[in-house]
Amino acid sequence: MNSPGLFFVHYLMIINERPTAYPIFANIKTVAMEDLKLEELFQAKVDAELKIEPKDWMPEKYRKTLIRQISQHAHSEVVGMLPEGNWITRAPSLRRKAILLAKVQDEAGHGLYLYSACETLGATREKTVEDLNSGKAKYSSIFNYPTLTWADIGAVGWLVDGAAIMNQVMLCRTSYGPYARAMVRICKEESFHQRQGYEIMSVLAKGTPEQKEMAQDSLNRWWWPSLMMFGPSDANSTNSADSMKWKIKRQSNDELRQTFIDRTVQQAEILGLTIPDAKLKWNEDTKHYEWGDIDWAEFNNVVAGNGPCNKERLVARNKAHDEGAWVREAAMAYAGKQAKRKAA
Amino acid sequence: MTIQEALFTYCLRRGDDNLILSHRLGEWCGHGPQLEEDIALTNRALDLIGQARNYLQYAGQVEGKGRSEDDLAYLRNERQYTNVKLVEQPNGDYAHTMVRSFLFDAWHLPLQQALTRSKDDQLAAIASKAVKEIAYHLKTSGDWMIRFGDGTAESHQRAQRALDDLWTFSGELFATDDVEAVLFAAGIAPDMAAVKSAFDSTVQSVLTEATLKRPMDAYMATGGRQGKHSEHLGFMLAEMQYLQRAYPGAIW
Repeated sequence: MNSPGLFFVHYLMIINERPTAYPIFANIKTVAMEDLKLEELFQAKVDAELKIEPKDWMPEKYRKTLIRQISQHAHSEVVGMLPEGNWITRAPSLRRKAILLAKVQDEAGHGLYLYSACETLGATREKTVEDLNSGKAKYSSIFNYPTLTWADIGAVGWLVDGAAIMNQVMLCRTSYGPYARAMVRICKEESFHQRQGYEIMSVLAKGTPEQKEMAQDSLNRWWWPSLMMFGPSDANSTNSADSMKWKIKRQSNDELRQTFIDRTVQQAEILGLTIPDAKLKWNEDTKHYEWGDIDWAEFNNVVAGNGPCNKERLVARNKAHDEGAWVREAAMAYAGKQAKRKAA
Repeated sequence: MTIQEALFTYCLRRGDDNLILSHRLGEWCGHGPQLEEDIALTNRALDLIGQARNYLQYAGQVEGKGRSEDDLAYLRNERQYTNVKLVEQPNGDYAHTMVRSFLFDAWHLPLQQALTRSKDDQLAAIASKAVKEIAYHLKTSGDWMIRFGDGTAESHQRAQRALDDLWTFSGELFATDDVEAVLFAAGIAPDMAAVKSAFDSTVQSVLTEATLKRPMDAYMATGGRQGKHSEHLGFMLAEMQYLQRAYPGAIW
């Protein structure tokens, strides 16, 4: 509480939530609420860096934006299990197999936290999952690319998790409390995944010529789709303005993309691998790398459902869901019987 | 057969059972009936691969020819694998997967509990760590047996069918041969009759609660311990060993 503005917001929150506990303020409350509309109070809380919690009033569009973003994020974790799980049975050593199993399990755990965060906003898990399975909801387009070689498991950890972390670190400070708290936990695990991915690439890059070639080929295929993960350039980003105002987002797509490129180029140099961008160069004045043109036509095409694996991913999710229906029904039926027996 | 030779084979058998079942469970990853189950299956697969690594590392050490866990896992062929046929059976539906695990767990727990008292310190240490994990495996696979058996008509039917299909593979878990005899005499391996009696008692109590029928002990499949497997194992190994075979000597 270090500014008069913050104090005022805090005080308004108290009398708003527990007016009877502060009868002396009751009159002030009426006056204050007339003056400060709910949305202004909401924005004042956001501006004062106070977290919005599930029971707080929030603009309907804020709620909808969050449900869309958090559910997309949850779906991305769950769909992301497929390209990585693709190599569990072929991992080249028992150590790698165990690490990959643990990693994909972490992603499932992230999906769970995020579906729970969505539920705090009134979106049921059944409905959210149904939106994924019907193709109505989106997930990160990167998971519509195939993992063709073992090096892709390294590249996904290094680049895809690396790009995701840029967003997720920012989201640890997002204005919606449950989302921010889920992100703190997710970030810890994701940064571990990124290091594991980098370590896979590092072993390949120092390995036989065939292994190095595998690593370079993988970087070539994953580099541009990873840059696309940050979303359209700021000029073309439709959802950004409100999200920045509400502090759901705190950095723009292009700012995050720039940070990612600056870090990753150096990491590639250490590996002795070449970033597949002829226009990539260091700018001494800005102290940032400049990069070439992202193929937004490809991005739009994959988002529209025409990526290499869009159909396979949805088929796999639907198959798991449909074939699991009798299992979920059995669990519910048994729980129902047990409850009746207890009551009797 | 020397104790050392018997111990090497004994460790391979334990390692192979765990590795192959872990591999099968890993095939579910991302495809489970719900997210919580996906996590639970992966957990089980992770525990089993951890146990497999302990056994294969120890097998390599006992053999004394410098073979690593990966040499043993990735560079032996179908005829050299010593797992029971139960664990290589395909996943089937979720009832098949859970019944396969339940039968395995109901045997695995008393076996490993007995191994904690082995005169071989390393086997006793591996078992002491493993029993905590396996007790949980048995609890969860047993719970699913009960949910399926006493859930819906469909789940009951699926569980009974899976039990009837897989029962024939349960006998091999208790088969004994020279390897077991040599180690039993030395106080290293337990009495399989006692393990069988614990298995029978677990199966009896869980199936009763699940309202499922224990199949008749008719023909029991064997051969896994001697490397005479079903046709499934070859495909599993082809997939598992592909990178190690395609790039001999490479480090991953």
